[in-house]
Amino acid sequence: MKKIATGNKAIAEAVKQALPNVVAAYPITPQTEIVETIADYVTSGQMKSRYIPVESEHSAMAACIGASITGVRTFTATSAHGLLYMHEMTNWAAGARLPIVMANVNRSLGPGWNIWAEHTDAMQERDTGWLQVYVSTVQEAYDTTLMAFRIAEHNDVLLPVMVNLDGFSLSHIMQPLDTVEPGDFIPPIHLPHAIDTKNPTGYGGLTGPDQHFRFRWEIEHSMRDAVKVIAATEKDFAERFGRSYGPTENYRCEDADVVLIAMGTFGKEAEVAIDILREEGIKAGSMRLRWFRPFPNLDIAGKEVVVIDRDYSFGYGGIVAHEIMAKNQCEVYSVIAGLGGQEVTYDDMAAFVRTRRMGEEFWFGVSGHV
Amino acid sequence: MFEVRIHSRGGQGGVTAARLLATAALHDGKYATACPFYGAERRGAPVVSFVRIDDRQIRVYSQIRDPDLVVVLDASVMETVDVLNGLKKGGQVLINSAHMPEFPGYTTFSVDLTGIALREKLVVAGSPILNTPVLGALAKMGIISAEAAKAAIRGMFTDERNVKAAEAAYKEMSA
Repeated sequence: MKKIATGNKAIAEAVKQALPNVVAAYPITPQTEIVETIADYVTSGQMKSRYIPVESEHSAMAACIGASITGVRTFTATSAHGLLYMHEMTNWAAGARLPIVMANVNRSLGPGWNIWAEHTDAMQERDTGWLQVYVSTVQEAYDTTLMAFRIAEHNDVLLPVMVNLDGFSLSHIMQPLDTVEPGDFIPPIHLPHAIDTKNPTGYGGLTGPDQHFRFRWEIEHSMRDAVKVIAATEKDFAERFGRSYGPTENYRCEDADVVLIAMGTFGKEAEVAIDILREEGIKAGSMRLRWFRPFPNLDIAGKEVVVIDRDYSFGYGGIVAHEIMAKNQCEVYSVIAGLGGQEVTYDDMAAFVRTRRMGEEFWFGVSGHV
Repeated sequence: MFEVRIHSRGGQGGVTAARLLATAALHDGKYATACPFYGAERRGAPVVSFVRIDDRQIRVYSQIRDPDLVVVLDASVMETVDVLNGLKKGGQVLINSAHMPEFPGYTTFSVDLTGIALREKLVVAGSPILNTPVLGALAKMGIISAEAAKAAIRGMFTDERNVKAAEAAYKEMSA
């Protein structure tokens, strides 16, 4: 049934249908509507889950870890400083191979205090062992959250999944949402290493120098297997519900000489910039990077590449741009734009492509190339 | 694509008006997005919200710069806000007012939404409800169908006075 919903409500709706046994969360702008809505569902009896209000995000993730290790489905949501406060525990969740699903509403980090969209918060969780996906519409936020549970809990993955959506520009925008009856799309969770709460046993958690690297490799092995699990899950979703997704969303790329790459809502608005450039006779295409971990193989050989980073690694550069350069051994035009909710229009994006200077970095709104 | 900017004051329901308009457009078989201006909003301060309506999926997230229609739910914001800013040449203005103001170069519509809300006793916490009656005026202007306006209101509110107020606005709007 189609209705109008915000990105936050769409996530809450998907979580209601995936029916996690435990939700533990702490509110933070612009995520609050997600956990507020879920708390309403639980209180009104629409969702038979245990909702644990906690005193901090560190505790939220710790509670999810405690619940997940007993073999039950778990969910939480956060944003920006809340995510960073979880950081120790996000590493633990991945290392303990717990298929926790978390929505992260991408928001800038202070100071200066700023509640608007930026991807640097999630980028700082890049190396934790979480799968990361960035969505661009209310519908995609809903669809991807449903898929996230199945992917995380798949026996070849057993890693946590972070669903990222842009603060305000997607969390608070209202768009049509078509909900589905998931049926058996998400099979019951079976955690092979779940602890037996009826027969409590103490374990030493120490892994020595002769073992630890093997556990690290296991995470990477599962991350590589996740590529196949994601593809199979997205294929099954498309067959059942008619909406298809992939590691990237490519728009007019086939014959393109130049490809504009971005994540989240910028990646969707980029399509409008491409239409403008095509009208001008510029053979441009756009590639919206959807899955960031595992990082996809991009079909960009022989094309010029312009990357918009809504994040930055100080002393190095745009994070997405540098990942693409390293992985593809290519040069890019690296645009830093949209930090802290900075307004970037499709006209601006078209200008980035028109005035590209390969190998250089450009900070939008700050004069000159650097 | 048809772009609408709604001016109101924080707490007057401008965001809900945007949501209702987008929902009505959806009932008409169109695609629509609605969003508040993402600022630090306070009760009583002038605020804006936006609606985009199109026949196909809307891929634009950046702010509306040159709307086709400006809706003014509270005329007093005009003392401090230029509500015509960016409005397309020959664009439309719908204003909540008992009098028809002059906006040379634009097509102006007016309706006394506040009067209608008070008459229908559509008052919450001492404030007249403007966001449901305004849908009647938007239907009269042809932005949405009357059926879609009613469906959108009934989808969000059970109190039929909202629909009655929208019907009154439909009848009483002047162009």
